[in-house]
Amino acid sequence: MSPSAEPLDTTAGPPQVLSAAEEYIVDVRGVRRVFGDRAVLDGVDLRLRQGDFIALLGPSGAGKTTLLRILAGLDAADGGQVLAPKARSVVFQEPRLVPARRVWRNVVLGSRRARHERGRAIAALAEVGLATHADAWPVTLSGGEAQRVALARALATEPGLLLLDEPFAALDALTRIRMHDLVGELVKRHRPAVLLVTHDVDEAILLADRILILSDGSIGVDVTVDIDEPRRRSDPRFQDLRQQLLDKLGVGRAARAAALAEIGS
Amino acid sequence: MTTTELEVSAAGGSVEVAAQPVTRTVVEDLTARGRRSPARAALRTWRGRVLRFAIPVLLVGLWQLASAVGWVDEFTLPPPSKILEAYKELWTAGDLQAALPVSLRRAGIGLFFGVAIGLGLGLFAGLWKLGEEIFDAPLQMLRTIPFIAVVPLFITWFGIGEKPKLILIAAATVFPVYLNTYHGVRGIDKKLVEAGQIFGLRGWRLATQVILPTALPAALTGLRYASGVALLALVLAEQINARAGIGYLLNNANQNQRPDIVIAGILIYALLGIVVDIVMRLVEHFALPWRPRVTIG
Ligand SMILES: Nc1ncnc2c1ncn2[C@@H]1O[C@H](COP(=O)(O)OP(=O)(O)OP(=O)(O)O)[C@@H](O)[C@H]1O
Ligand SMILES: [Mg+2]
Repeated sequence: MSPSAEPLDTTAGPPQVLSAAEEYIVDVRGVRRVFGDRAVLDGVDLRLRQGDFIALLGPSGAGKTTLLRILAGLDAADGGQVLAPKARSVVFQEPRLVPARRVWRNVVLGSRRARHERGRAIAALAEVGLATHADAWPVTLSGGEAQRVALARALATEPGLLLLDEPFAALDALTRIRMHDLVGELVKRHRPAVLLVTHDVDEAILLADRILILSDGSIGVDVTVDIDEPRRRSDPRFQDLRQQLLDKLGVGRAARAAALAEIGS
Repeated sequence: MTTTELEVSAAGGSVEVAAQPVTRTVVEDLTARGRRSPARAALRTWRGRVLRFAIPVLLVGLWQLASAVGWVDEFTLPPPSKILEAYKELWTAGDLQAALPVSLRRAGIGLFFGVAIGLGLGLFAGLWKLGEEIFDAPLQMLRTIPFIAVVPLFITWFGIGEKPKLILIAAATVFPVYLNTYHGVRGIDKKLVEAGQIFGLRGWRLATQVILPTALPAALTGLRYASGVALLALVLAEQINARAGIGYLLNNANQNQRPDIVIAGILIYALLGIVVDIVMRLVEHFALPWRPRVTIG
């Protein structure tokens, strides 16, 4: 599968597919987004190839969701160029299932042949371990189950780009661990490019190949995760990277020490 | 429940030692709270069943007693036995069988058009900005007119035949359906709409697959309310020189000084109200299988 890139934003005139950029299925250049007089995104550059798994960290209010919504095509940028695969899907922090549709109909939501695609829906549900819940109503699912349905729905369309906006934030710790394994496994099987927005540094290190930090309107940190799989928290390289990222986010030991020193003086 | 009291520390006479608030928590024994005893539960259900049945029976008995003992004049308030006889009389004369379908048809036709118009306008105003701009302000204005007040006007406009009756019922039922549908559509979580858009739903398909099913409970609430209003409007409309129907029975009985038949007619209206409510609950039950059903007690 080679997802075709589609221009989402045409502020920069007619779409121009650059030959050098052709292998990038996500190509974001100099994206700006302004709310009022504040530029939340101010020159964001981001490129993804097929199969890339990128985690995006950043303080609350940094504009992570804003960037993800632009990539999803839900919002338009105020400037810059955005190219993304036509086939994209999103898992949000909430499952966002249509309550009036049975679980399997939610999985094939949007398909023109949805009525006849029960089999495909059940196959997708089986991947998240919920084939037996195909005929349930969304309100009867637990939080973790509903989120798995949302994941099944996102993958059932075979997206070129999978956007995840803190999809595990509302889950309990045990369910979250299971979801990490599940997402890792499913992404390896389906090979979409993934952009995972998260606040959880461990989650980012466990899952992503590259970790970016968005702050002050642009991507300030871009580190490649060079730890063999399966990654373990006990791995010293894991701990090193974790410490490094926490420092960059302003909550690491060094950052806290600096803050304390400042208060003391 | 917590009580806070200040314990002033006098330790060492030091001035730096501030008063420390100590919270003392009042403990409540919840062991026996709401403990489920089967005997008590059985008592509750049986009490419910008996009271539900016994109280209406008691009231009807009192009513009968009141005229038997002579507390009320039998002509002013005929006893239940007389009203039963009135039903028998209406039935053998074939009046009841003739009147009921006529009234039901009126209410049904009026309701049908009212609901169709209300639903159409509600969807139009809910789904399209243009529809909202065109219809919402005028409908909100018209809504404030009590439909009872327009009866004389309708008679001058549409005469005294079937037409003003049907139009009155239809007009009265448009508003509850319109309002509930419009608000139901507008009130849909934007996040759900976004999810639909992500998966390629736009325009008509977004409306039919995400918005309308989700707004259906609100539209059905409007329909239920409209059914009640339709009955009310029916009673009123049948006061306009009806030549058939339950209103006609009532008017006739009034002129012939037959309060027993008048009360019999009124009770039929009441019964229709109950039946309509049951039917609408069933409709909601089957149309909204995904809704969690919540009752208190
Ligand atoms: N529609 C909007 N109108 C005005 N301001 C907005 C809008 N959407 C986002 N913002 C502002 O943009 C900033 C970035 O918001 P965004 O939701 O992208 O943050 P985030 O990085 O996802 O934060 P969090 O980690 O808390 O989810 C915030 O300050 C927010 O108030
Ligand atoms: Mg966010």
